[in-house]
Amino acid sequence: MSAYDLAPELRQRDVALVDLLDRVLAGGVVIAGEITLSIADVDLVRISLRALIASVRSLAADGPTADGPTAEGPVAGGGAAP
Amino acid sequence: MTYTWLYAVARAGPDPLPPDVPDGVADEGPRTVTADGLLAVVGSVPAPDFEADALQRHLGEPQWLERTARAHHRVVTAVGSRALPVRYGTVYRDDDRVRALLTAHADGFRTALAGITDRTEWGVKAYQERTDPDAAAEGDGPPDDRPGTAYLLRRRSARDRADHALTDAAERARQVHRALAGLADRSTEHPPQPPEATGVREPMLLNGAYLVHRSRAAEFAREVTGLQRLHGPALRVELTGPWPPYSFADLPTGEAGAAGAAGAAGPTGGDAE
Repeated sequence: MSAYDLAPELRQRDVALVDLLDRVLAGGVVIAGEITLSIADVDLVRISLRALIASVRSLAADGPTADGPTAEGPVAGGGAAP
Repeated sequence: MTYTWLYAVARAGPDPLPPDVPDGVADEGPRTVTADGLLAVVGSVPAPDFEADALQRHLGEPQWLERTARAHHRVVTAVGSRALPVRYGTVYRDDDRVRALLTAHADGFRTALAGITDRTEWGVKAYQERTDPDAAAEGDGPPDDRPGTAYLLRRRSARDRADHALTDAAERARQVHRALAGLADRSTEHPPQPPEATGVREPMLLNGAYLVHRSRAAEFAREVTGLQRLHGPALRVELTGPWPPYSFADLPTGEAGAAGAAGAAGPTGGDAE
């Protein structure tokens, strides 16, 4: 019933996390910088995106399309991931 | 103690919330808060997990980030196309703060809602389609008496071809964006996603978002197909969507300027710039 059902032949199987994060995180996943979360309407918290990019990268590597040599990247940035 | 997570804002109406809205970011059942003829779709989330510090910590956990981002998206999608989607991670201390937000920015919300009515967002990404320049150069060139020089020349011409191919593909990506922006009410570009995030080795040259009226959705899709055909071998074009209009739905609170405003106070400033 939602309008997002239109043009069903065009629907992607599953929303790619990286595309979703581009949209739901202000500023996008790839900007070298930070996202801003608005907490309690006045306190603004800035979060480094480095951890996020590391997250996305590891998720992409774990993802269903494991046909590319994606896990070989030399980058191991600010790892929250162990 | 709980905080109030904000998913979406819509005009208050007789049909408040669809009955089948899925659970939210904290597995809570989303509900509504109303003020000034507006309705906010919210969820109660446990403060210990959604406090600023805790959120920051959680965002470094890939599974947590993915689970909550997808949950946010599911709720927003279920609420439907009349709602203004709110960015992930917008948390208020309590419902009263949300009511205050609606009241303080009622006109702004109504304007923003009018701007997205009957429209959805489409994403179009374009990658360079690369033919391996080394492979092309490998075969030609018969063995000669100065193999070193010949090798260097081959390498150089391969590099020149690669540079040219990239320039050409980038220009084609600009054309794709211009053509699609012409069919859209609004358009914007997200930064290209890095190969590390996409798992695609070819460079992304366009990561566009387009707000398209429902009456033009089919035309838009046809145009994407046509552009793919037109720029075929050089460029690979990918359509995603329809999306809630996340890319065109900034809160009318001056949040757009928040990044600058927070810059002065932010303790964890620019480590990636």
